[in-house]
Amino acid sequence: MAGVLVVGELANGSLASITGELLTAARKLAGPLGEPIGALLMADRAGNTAKEAGQAGAEVVYVVEDPLLKEPPVELVLSAVEQVVKKVQPTVVLLGRTPLGRDLGPRLAFRLGVGLVQDAVDLACDAQTKKVTANRPVYGGNAVAKVALNSRPHVITVRPKVFEATAPNPAPSPKVEAVPVKLDAAAAKIKVLKRTQQEAAGVKLEEARIVVGGGRGLGGPEPFKQLDELAKLLGGAVGASRAVCDAGWMPYAYQIGLTGKSITADTYIAIAISGASQHLTGISTVKNIIAVNKDAEANIFKEARFGVVGDWKKILPAFIQQVQELVK
Amino acid sequence: MPLNIIVTAKQVIDPETPASALRLNSQLKRMETPPNIPPVINGFDENAIEAALRIKDAKGAANVKVTVISAGKSFVLDVIKKPLSMGADELVLVQDDALEGLDAFATAQVLLAAIKKVGKFDLVVCGRQASDYDQAQVPLFLAEGLGIPCVTIAKKVEVPESKLVVERVLPNGTEEVEATLPALVTVSNELGQPRYPTLRGIMMATRKQPTTWKLGDLGLSPAALQPKVPIEQLFVPTSQRQCEFINGENEEDKGRKLALKLREAKII
Repeated sequence: MAGVLVVGELANGSLASITGELLTAARKLAGPLGEPIGALLMADRAGNTAKEAGQAGAEVVYVVEDPLLKEPPVELVLSAVEQVVKKVQPTVVLLGRTPLGRDLGPRLAFRLGVGLVQDAVDLACDAQTKKVTANRPVYGGNAVAKVALNSRPHVITVRPKVFEATAPNPAPSPKVEAVPVKLDAAAAKIKVLKRTQQEAAGVKLEEARIVVGGGRGLGGPEPFKQLDELAKLLGGAVGASRAVCDAGWMPYAYQIGLTGKSITADTYIAIAISGASQHLTGISTVKNIIAVNKDAEANIFKEARFGVVGDWKKILPAFIQQVQELVK
Repeated sequence: MPLNIIVTAKQVIDPETPASALRLNSQLKRMETPPNIPPVINGFDENAIEAALRIKDAKGAANVKVTVISAGKSFVLDVIKKPLSMGADELVLVQDDALEGLDAFATAQVLLAAIKKVGKFDLVVCGRQASDYDQAQVPLFLAEGLGIPCVTIAKKVEVPESKLVVERVLPNGTEEVEATLPALVTVSNELGQPRYPTLRGIMMATRKQPTTWKLGDLGLSPAALQPKVPIEQLFVPTSQRQCEFINGENEEDKGRKLALKLREAKII
């Protein structure tokens, strides 16, 4: 068959949010292509997830169940996806550019002998020519490349949180198909010795509604105490630019940007952040950006809704004091 | 038997170039910097070089050989020789007019051929991605092409005895993993600052000449490097947002007024 195949991810026995987003993205291609949307679900036990995938827009759900797919190493997922893709022969394969997908995508493409679009933020397909194109940010977000795909299947990883997971109405009742694959535990070459969770105190950065971010212009680690005070007042979290983390002022768990975290906050208060494109990538979905910077030409003001030009050392304490009175 | 480490490095435009100084070349579909801003070695590749040199420090200089490979149409020699001045043993440049605007798949073909021509390797170290096209593809292609284990986004790389031990960066923590050699690892900025070349290192590097290969030396033809993912158009995104600047008598006043404004706009 043809089709747009979404490589699903599961989290805690349910569809991960990225999978719903990919099914939305798939509709942009499936319509013009005139081909169905498939979802591939891999787990030791798929449970109710095939139904969930149907509700999110999958017309065919391919289920791979194998005990080896319980918290599987990437090589086993890769092997399963490769076998399913060779069997199903989709026109397009969509993956999330998640920690799993960014390793899986290139390796899958290489094994299939095709090119890969990594980190797509938009997809398009010409209904007449059936030509698929994708937009991806390059040069740290300073430019966007519109790329074509000259090999088939078209393998694309999609940036998380760009597409909104929306259920189609009516939702298709999916055809569920179990796909047998052969997995070899010996294919896993990486042995995990230990995992360390770094739980940041307070509100989680990726989930906070308000984030207060600090940049290189703060000059050192101490001012983050003030940022923390402000974040607490607003029930939000603190983040930082890469320069701050590279300088060791804040741990890397606080880094926002292209190679750090992407936040989903409604509001981002940027203190002494110039707004390098790499940083803006991590706040691209934020509606209200508020910037305090001494340089009126700083890039951050191009994205900001409200801005204050001046010395944060004088502006911030007065701002915090006023906020304190307002939220009392 | 020394431990042979190959590091891949790419010459890129300086990512610290202010956006206002970047110029879009829509014909060649790339961003360009003014002539007074020299290119740099991709930052994550410098982290990769640093990772290799730390292994060399740990095991003793005589027990580790670090070879850096770079491919491109042209190089600024002072820039691309930096790994040598940092302490790498050899530099291999694949330099050919055909190496212009390659996609990740083609780049990987060139590097794979170069790695095979270098021959002996126990460990390949790459930057996690390049700051120009941010693809994060080539290292994984290399691992697949070489058929070796691949560990991504490392903050610490060690080779105790004859195995690879890596501390990886996860979204909310870290993970320590182990793999047998030969293997490939990609390195992130969490590894820490790359070392500065010492005066002695710079002197040594001046005397060393890179090995230079053409595409033909690798048994490759330009026809094999046709892009699978061609760039059709490169454009600079425009922002629709309009910033409202808060004015006041002095900076304290501006701070207070900002808070009031945010309340008025129901943001706080």
